[in-house]
Amino acid sequence: MSQQLLHEITKEYMKDDIPKFRPGDNVKVYLRIKEGERERIQVFEGLVISRQGGGVSEMFTVRKVSYGVGVERSFPIHSPFIEKIEVIRRGKVRRAKLYYIRHLSAKAARIKELR
Amino acid sequence: MAKGILGRKIGMTSIFDDDGFLIPVTVVQAVPNIVLQKKTLKTDGYDAVQLGFDDLRPKLANKPKTGHATKANTAPKRFVKEIRGSEMMSYEVGQEVKVDLFETGEYVDVTGTSKGKGFTGPIKRNNQSRGPMSHGSHYHRGPGSMAAIDAARVFKGKIIAGQQGGDKVTIQNLQVVKVDTEKNVILIKGNVPGAKKSLIEIKNAVKKTAK
Repeated sequence: MSQQLLHEITKEYMKDDIPKFRPGDNVKVYLRIKEGERERIQVFEGLVISRQGGGVSEMFTVRKVSYGVGVERSFPIHSPFIEKIEVIRRGKVRRAKLYYIRHLSAKAARIKELR
Repeated sequence: MAKGILGRKIGMTSIFDDDGFLIPVTVVQAVPNIVLQKKTLKTDGYDAVQLGFDDLRPKLANKPKTGHATKANTAPKRFVKEIRGSEMMSYEVGQEVKVDLFETGEYVDVTGTSKGKGFTGPIKRNNQSRGPMSHGSHYHRGPGSMAAIDAARVFKGKIIAGQQGGDKVTIQNLQVVKVDTEKNVILIKGNVPGAKKSLIEIKNAVKKTAK
């Protein structure tokens, strides 16, 4: 009963147009960036290495390698800062958390495409 | 001390605020409280309204409770509390006090009964340090020294094992994030004392007012 009420309260903050994606997939995250008055869109593209939590507070982590430096960013999946999420490629992985990728070099860090 | 409402803690969750950040909130459900009695300076020596919250089944209510409630034309209540101060004196006996008493952005003090932890040692209760677990120390989780020898007694207030939790606790200056009159729900930023389903008293903040 009380859980149901919590669900009803958080429902209005949740998006219903999020594409299906899971760890191993490559995604483009379109972020709204505010610079003073102006607003622009920045794209963060990379590999999803984890999804954790549930409901409104579900988070996902995207990793990319930028100029040889690994960069990871975590976002709340329902965040209003996210304009949209685009799935570019589906990967075939056997784990829910791909933290092992951090220790691998570019060639070893390849993930097979899911067909 | 002026206005207040009684409610039940439902649990915690998160919502996105206007700036887009995910903030933790506690959900308190307050089905309309009924004013059962008004106390005045003239008759009782102080100003207060007596609020009743949560209907009792007729079987659970005794005759005094039922009689007191019928004066306000309502069912007997499980929780009855007084809110002191003259600000709520405009309410009449039998009138409903709803969640719209508070508005978004207001600061409140929240009172509840903290979760009981039972008889606990000084490490958990008073944040003392533990002794070495090995190397033949024979001193693991004890209370330490009882203070100097020449006092020949233990001073009052010495931190020691005992009952922890189950106290009346007030957390001050919490912000109201949202008020939902349809669901009779108030969302308060951060945590409030007590277990789920426990009685919560929300009053406007003594020390801080809304900007």
